[in-house]
Amino acid sequence: MSMRTVKHYIKSFLFLELIQGMMVTGKYLFKRKITLQYPEQKTPISPRFRGLHAQRRYANGEERCIACKLCEAVCPALAITIDVEERDDGTRRTSKYDIDLFKCIYCGFCEEACPVDAIVETDVFEYHFENRGENIMTKDKLLAVGDKYEDSIAANRAADAPYR
Amino acid sequence: MEWLLSLTPDFILEFALEFWGWLPMWLQVLAENMLYIVMIMVPLMLCVAYVTYAERKIIGYMQVRLGPNRVGPKGWLQPIADAVKLMFKEVIIPTNSNKFLFLFAPILTLGPALAAWAVIPFFDGVQLSNLNAGLLYILALTSMGVYGVIIAGWSSNSKYAILGALRSAAQVVAYEIAMGFALVGVLMAAGSLNLGDIIARQAGGFTSWFWLPLFPLLAVYFISGVAETNRAPFDVAEGESEIVAGFHVDYSGMAFAVFFLAEYANIILIAALTSLMFFGGWMSPFGSMADHALLGDGTHWFILKTMFFIYMFLWFRATFPRYRYDQIMRLGWKVFIPVTIVWIFVEAVMVVMQWGPWAVETVAAVGGA
Repeated sequence: MSMRTVKHYIKSFLFLELIQGMMVTGKYLFKRKITLQYPEQKTPISPRFRGLHAQRRYANGEERCIACKLCEAVCPALAITIDVEERDDGTRRTSKYDIDLFKCIYCGFCEEACPVDAIVETDVFEYHFENRGENIMTKDKLLAVGDKYEDSIAANRAADAPYR
Repeated sequence: MEWLLSLTPDFILEFALEFWGWLPMWLQVLAENMLYIVMIMVPLMLCVAYVTYAERKIIGYMQVRLGPNRVGPKGWLQPIADAVKLMFKEVIIPTNSNKFLFLFAPILTLGPALAAWAVIPFFDGVQLSNLNAGLLYILALTSMGVYGVIIAGWSSNSKYAILGALRSAAQVVAYEIAMGFALVGVLMAAGSLNLGDIIARQAGGFTSWFWLPLFPLLAVYFISGVAETNRAPFDVAEGESEIVAGFHVDYSGMAFAVFFLAEYANIILIAALTSLMFFGGWMSPFGSMADHALLGDGTHWFILKTMFFIYMFLWFRATFPRYRYDQIMRLGWKVFIPVTIVWIFVEAVMVVMQWGPWAVETVAAVGGA
């Protein structure tokens, strides 16, 4: 029997390596836990986070979207459908602006393509649908989301502005 | 309503005693034993429930997680919630399965794990039945569990289940032998099959327990116990990350839960037996203060030692990766059985030559083996 074999036998019969392993897990038993208790605690969110979509308005209440259809064109998932009309005051507006959230892949291309910062993705990610059809975000719904979260949308855009 | 007033506590007590006296002798014995059985079973089942909680919590902590902490304060009601959920789930019985055997198998696995507690001494003389062949009874009952596994696999009428059953049955049978041999060493050291006597022979504190002279047998026994209960790192029978359950793939609801109750009851049993046969059961580790209330002998030492070995099971699971199947078989047949046989031989020589703990004066001091 060579020296190595003897060493190997001593090592295995004294469980040396097993005990080493157990010491590691034993130490971790007392380490600080890194679990985040989700509904009460949340991870910090980047200002670039791409969550639920919204349509913004100008400060005077006028909707920003001018129906240029750039977002519809760039959308890789074909999730956006836009119909255009001429409003009574002669401006070009959308008569229909639907985003299918089941198709959307949240790539943020629409937001990038938009020349007037009308369509944006907010940092809202906790939403759900209860009925069929609710996955279609209509123009009204998008504007409502935009109105509700305008403060955080504006703040996120301002925070990210130097890097754009 | 006048007669209601005559129902004073004194009267009720007197009536109960009178009624007890009226019962035939066999019914009295039966009622008394039933009471003892309930007194063992109820805490045991609660322990089983909370071992599952302890497992999730401890393994969670070792993986730097928190473990269950939502149901009740700190998650203390989690096992209750699990039990309620499983009770309300449907027990699906596969078509063309043997219905009777299919439902009988989980009971056959759980039964022996609980029945073995009949001979476990909780304190000097505190046990359900003081069996002279206690060790033999334990060996017989722990071997029964494998029938539940085989029957469950066969009666499911599924090739996956039967393959799983064969796999875990082969493993259990292989380690059964090493386990039995390890207990032969205990039997030689104690000179008795009676579990009470085995503990009494270990009197005298930490250093006179059997773990010291029988250390290799302790290692073999405990590791075989882990393999016997199909626990990690020997859990190829279940292998949740690779093959997802073996013999109990077709079980659901409460029938499935009973298999898990049996697994955890077996863990507690192996832990209790280890503390009993190698660590002096209810004996205090401080031999000189045997009459002290807290540091002296007592059931709390037995519970403490058992809890320690249950913790070891969980610690193993959190630490070691799963053994490969051929390595499991190699360890059982080619390492453990030779080790036990060699140590039994060594022990026999020591007993005959009266060396070490078998010296004449030591044996005489504790009343002879």
